[in-house]
Amino acid sequence: MLDAARNYLNSLLLTELFRGMSLTGAYLFKRKFTVQYPEEKAPISPRFRGLHALRRYPNGEERCIACKLCEATCPALAITIEAEPRADGSRRTTRYDIDLFKCIYCGFCEESCPVDSIVETGIYEYHFENRGENIMTKDKLLAIGDKYEADIAAARKADAEYR
Amino acid sequence: MMELWSALPTPVQSVIAITAIILPLLAAVAWYTYAERKVIGYIQVRIGPNRVGWRGLLQPIADALKLLMKEIVLPTKASTGLFLLAPMIAIAPALAAWAVIPFDAGLVLADINAGLLYVLALTSLGVYGVIIAGWASNSKYAFLGAMRAAAQIVAYEIAMGFALVGVLVAAGSLNLSAIVEAQSGSVLTWFWLPLLPLFGVYYISGVAETNRAPFDVAEGESEIVAGFHVDYSGMAFAIFFLAEYANMILIAMLTALLFFGGWLSPFQGLPVLEETFAWVPGIIWLLLKTFFFMFVFLWLRATFPRYRYDQIMRLGWKVFIPITIAWILVVALAVILEVPPWWSAPA
Repeated sequence: MLDAARNYLNSLLLTELFRGMSLTGAYLFKRKFTVQYPEEKAPISPRFRGLHALRRYPNGEERCIACKLCEATCPALAITIEAEPRADGSRRTTRYDIDLFKCIYCGFCEESCPVDSIVETGIYEYHFENRGENIMTKDKLLAIGDKYEADIAAARKADAEYR
Repeated sequence: MMELWSALPTPVQSVIAITAIILPLLAAVAWYTYAERKVIGYIQVRIGPNRVGWRGLLQPIADALKLLMKEIVLPTKASTGLFLLAPMIAIAPALAAWAVIPFDAGLVLADINAGLLYVLALTSLGVYGVIIAGWASNSKYAFLGAMRAAAQIVAYEIAMGFALVGVLVAAGSLNLSAIVEAQSGSVLTWFWLPLLPLFGVYYISGVAETNRAPFDVAEGESEIVAGFHVDYSGMAFAIFFLAEYANMILIAMLTALLFFGGWLSPFQGLPVLEETFAWVPGIIWLLLKTFFFMFVFLWLRATFPRYRYDQIMRLGWKVFIPITIAWILVVALAVILEVPPWWSAPA
């Protein structure tokens, strides 16, 4: 009886509504979390899985030995590799394509690679303007690797002790 | 200056006066949309629009330009005449109601005796724009929105009318300037205190009348897409927005006029403060009060989820109307018994 009267009075006086408004009123003055994107960027982890790259050894030799483990493990079947022996007898890829429309950025290719050749970099701002640009060829992947080798190496080093 | 003014023919005077009201009003509507996005953003711990101009202040201009350049799509199966008429019916009363609003002592376009009645009539006319828009679009969502709007407005119009009857009884006049003058004395003699329940009912009904959150079932974007204006685009859509925001500003200003002493200074009757702030023109006080109630509109929207439809009806019919009827009796008794300090016999 008394509870019912109290409930009635509470709803009549809009007490809960005023509590709600005081809460949102307090949030009005809280520090804002907005990151002003093009000027400011959120920090990314060294494990970030962005655009792919193929790496080289410091002497300039490409790492990939065409073992095709990445092709085999890729759950989205995004990787296509063709290989044959090079003139010096070492086994190298003649074709290494990643279809970025198929890729789900799971990072399994990087996990499976025995020579740390295929990696996913921290690059996440890229786009395609023409049909077919979504296929990352071996040349494009190597070029990305050459350009960002310092960042890639630093990210691997930072994460090495947890692997 | 005054001689020059009175030398002008009356129609010219009227046109100048109307322009002086409508232009600031339209600017206020434009930047009210900006304020809405900014305030709701801040409440959601974001910062809102800040790219166009300093702190995003030119955003409304960019929005208006975008809407002006868009095509007005006429649905094939819509009733074209009514479809185009609806936005005009929505905006016309929203602007016409401003004719009787007194901005300061004597500063009113049409100082008519039945000002309150006029405002009440025009604010309820606006819903015909909504209903006709929903009907003419020939779309089920628009029609659902229109029906919801109709039922809601009927329910809240009555509560709103009764709340205004309370004001009328308390002030003894339908003239808005006279109502404000009847409140003079001090903050405590403004009508918000003796008419507190009516003030609550009036403001909440005002939110419902303008179809604003949490009573925006007529729009209800998560249920019926956009309700009555689903099929509108470009400037025709913008006109509905203009009408909605003009109505919100109108309700906010009416609340300030009817319950919060209009242009009266809040320091009236206080020994030192009254003289200190005597230089402030009355219109400033009125605008400050109006801005506060405009802000509360946004605050409500940022706080509450949409009411369920049956709850809206229950609140309107079974809560607000009984409260207002009971309080009208209380006010009437207080006026007859001349309860001080509000209704003491004139000295």
